[in-house]
Amino acid sequence: MSDDLLRIEALRTVFRTHGGEIAAVDGVDLSVPRGRTLGIVGESGCGKSVLSLSVMRLVTHPGRVAAGRVLLEGRDLLALSNAEMRDVRGSQVAMIFQEPMTSLNPVHTVGFQITEAMRAHDTRASNAELRNRAIEALTRVRIPAPERRFEEYPHQLSGGMRQRVMIAMALACQPKLLIADEPTTALDVTVQAQILDLLRDLQQETGMSIILITHDLGVVAEMADEVAVMYAGRVVERGAAGAIFADPMHPYTLGLLGSIPRLDEERENLLAIEGSVPPPFALPKGCRFHPRCPFASEPCLKEPPPLREVAPGHQAACIRAPVEAFVA
Amino acid sequence: MSGPLLEVTGLAKHYPVRKGLILAKQVGTVRAVDGVSFSLDRGETLALVGESGCGKSTTARLVLRLIEPSAGAIRFEGKDVTRVSGAAMRAMRRRMQIVFQDPYASLNPRLTVAETIAEPMQVHGIGNAASRRARVAELLSLVGLRAFHAERYPHEFSGGQRQRIGIARALSVQPDLVVCDEPVSALDVSIQAQVVNLLKDLQRRLGLSYLFIAHDLAVVKHVADRVAVMYLGQIVETGPKRDLFAAPRHPYTRALLAAIPHPDPQRRGQVKPLGGDVPSPMNPPPGCRFHTRCPFAQERCRTEAPALRTLAPGHDVACHFTETLPPAGLDFSGGLSDVAARRLALYADAKARNAA
Repeated sequence: MSDDLLRIEALRTVFRTHGGEIAAVDGVDLSVPRGRTLGIVGESGCGKSVLSLSVMRLVTHPGRVAAGRVLLEGRDLLALSNAEMRDVRGSQVAMIFQEPMTSLNPVHTVGFQITEAMRAHDTRASNAELRNRAIEALTRVRIPAPERRFEEYPHQLSGGMRQRVMIAMALACQPKLLIADEPTTALDVTVQAQILDLLRDLQQETGMSIILITHDLGVVAEMADEVAVMYAGRVVERGAAGAIFADPMHPYTLGLLGSIPRLDEERENLLAIEGSVPPPFALPKGCRFHPRCPFASEPCLKEPPPLREVAPGHQAACIRAPVEAFVA
Repeated sequence: MSGPLLEVTGLAKHYPVRKGLILAKQVGTVRAVDGVSFSLDRGETLALVGESGCGKSTTARLVLRLIEPSAGAIRFEGKDVTRVSGAAMRAMRRRMQIVFQDPYASLNPRLTVAETIAEPMQVHGIGNAASRRARVAELLSLVGLRAFHAERYPHEFSGGQRQRIGIARALSVQPDLVVCDEPVSALDVSIQAQVVNLLKDLQRRLGLSYLFIAHDLAVVKHVADRVAVMYLGQIVETGPKRDLFAAPRHPYTRALLAAIPHPDPQRRGQVKPLGGDVPSPMNPPPGCRFHTRCPFAQERCRTEAPALRTLAPGHDVACHFTETLPPAGLDFSGGLSDVAARRLALYADAKARNAA
């Protein structure tokens, strides 16, 4: 038996538009091992946020999950009733978002919002007990003076503190899986380092799995054990983090690596990827990356390349990977 | 002409904080920018770096006199910007332009691209309709857009393309100084690289000076000639890029560099986060403003504010104990594997071949 906490199989999430149905997530297979971190990387519009919302069953009209399975410890979340799913959210799978300002309610105290989440899953505990547990949760995310913070409103907290409160809320019911959607993108780099450090410590303490969604390869390298690179609704490369960085196979992964300004070198020009991500209603035929790919050839325009094993445990959806085999 | 293009001395912007409705009285002062000095040469890029709330964007707006300074002087080619007015100010404004951070908010959705780019020329009375149209076409190709884009509206463009439009608008009046206020922070990494490359290319071709506001030191390393690091309204370290990145002398600069996550999983866990948050600029800590978060703070730091001292030509630091700090221990080398480096080189070759 594999030790995957979560398995996503052939997931397809579509949105109805005037021009017909478009697929924001189009046939994605992924797995998250127990106690480990899966990093999902890609640019805006690649479908990574829709993917995480699909796992939480939070995709709303005009979108819907059209096909696939999301297996949490073997149980298909997509087949659960709404009431059963409500029970899963928070207690089994929790989520934190990019913008800690808009995801907290400005008219309630921090304490109220944490206990509210706890109350939803525990109707019998006394208020005093919940208060104690909430203060414990705030302590766990290293918030100084938690008793005082409990009484405060979100606007009284800094961005980093708000994200800590969000993490405290998410972890209040000890979920097995935490989905973090760009948790540090809105934060300053020094605060980002604090939050990443905290997430790593909490994972050690609780043994939870994390799906970390980000566009920052630096953050992925810092956090992820497994990496999936997404482009235009599909996974184009996946494997162990070490392999993705040391042995990148897909030209899109190469382009992302070349685009980041590195501190260890100085180039006259950064290796940018030309063009931009195609919108889901105007996807190119064949390989979806081919209009931007410098290695694209005739066959790339015809068939979408399947995700295939390019090294043990390392898959890429490119008929020309590794690239050195084709350009001599 | 000799002398720097832009020279800023003792620049300050203080905002009063008032309380009460009718008999409002001042209860405090936010010292957004508090005594900042720097200079910028022709064709040079100076990066102002720091976390949110450090006053870098306020400094940029003060330089363009979009807001009035509380104190200090801004000299553009020796002339004090804060003392000119009317026609002289307008003439000066033509030569200093700005590119904003948010390409979605900084373009008027009701104007076509051609109208947006031509507007500054109209404002400054440059050329006639025909010559402006020709100039728009020229600018579009300069920033890598197509001629047919001229008649489109901003909503038809992606973030990166909009930022190109913003750059074309800034360049339409042939400025000498372009203030870039976080021009790539809102963009995806691949698009960010395109825009960084474009800015560098334009600087080479047109001899522009950039005042580049950023919070990302890795981006700064690729665009700047000199760097000034700001903390709570003041410059704590400034120096030539190479010196500053090779041997950062202020604990805050080191912390900023150390906090950047490296795209190399083998280095995992080496980031040592700086504790705490940036204090409020309304009540900055006494003494060195960084002492509340500084791992090396001593008694003197709590009481006496350090002045900027010159350590090497052009390299100034505001820290009492910079000479006795332990080595920074920052090593960024070897982040890219041989295989990855080889494939990146192939990628670059293939790209160049396709472009040719």
